[in-house]
Amino acid sequence: MADTRIDVPKSAKRGEIIEIKTLVAHTMENGFRRTHLGAPIPRNIITTFACSYNGVEVFRAELHPSVSANPYIQFTTVATESGTLEFSWSGDNGFSARETVRISVV
Amino acid sequence: MRLLKGKARRRFLAAAGGWAAAALASSARAQMTRTPLNNMPDVIRKLVGSKTINKGKVKLDLPPLVENGHLVPLAVRVDHPMTETDHVKAIHIFTERNPLPEMITFRLGPRAGRASVATRVRLADTQNVTAIAELSDGSFWSDSAFLIVTLAACLEELPA
Repeated sequence: MADTRIDVPKSAKRGEIIEIKTLVAHTMENGFRRTHLGAPIPRNIITTFACSYNGVEVFRAELHPSVSANPYIQFTTVATESGTLEFSWSGDNGFSARETVRISVV
Repeated sequence: MRLLKGKARRRFLAAAGGWAAAALASSARAQMTRTPLNNMPDVIRKLVGSKTINKGKVKLDLPPLVENGHLVPLAVRVDHPMTETDHVKAIHIFTERNPLPEMITFRLGPRAGRASVATRVRLADTQNVTAIAELSDGSFWSDSAFLIVTLAACLEELPA
């Protein structure tokens, strides 16, 4: 399982726009580099990131090799109800990571 | 030489700093860049089709000068309501001199509350970066930023 860092407020007022920050450990090998001997290094990147709020997808991103190593993605969502936010990353060579965070909405 | 003191000195330094930054930007713009342009115009054309791309609404935030092209903070904000019937559907980021023009696409909806996203990207050279917002009514809005990159990402060799 990949190492992830997620920042979501523990609690929020109903209707409040909350800021979510996510980071996942990944080299994001862009596929354009070569070793010292000239051998190409194959591409190995995360291609998609998604966030679901109580099972409903609220945000998605499609990543390309231009995204830095250890992709950081920041976005917002409206705090509608208490529950869980599920974050998932997937990419080349069957890469997949998943993380959930609880939020309480008052 | 008379030494400048206090306010006068600060004014002089501020003016000199501003002039130096402006000179640097214009010379970098004029200099030959090392990497060729990619097929960004074709890719953008494919995305928007026959629609026109409007200027405005979108604010792309990038540092004007970066030392390290491997990790460049990028933020985009679109000044548009986020309601069920009228919202920002997607924000696409393109570069003109990285090996591939597409950087990242953010897909949002009314539940985002506001169209404000950020990430960190790689830049292979001094170049323009373009953000295009796709609205639910089918219109496209864009903003571009020029930035100088002193250490390029993407194409360096790895020790064996």
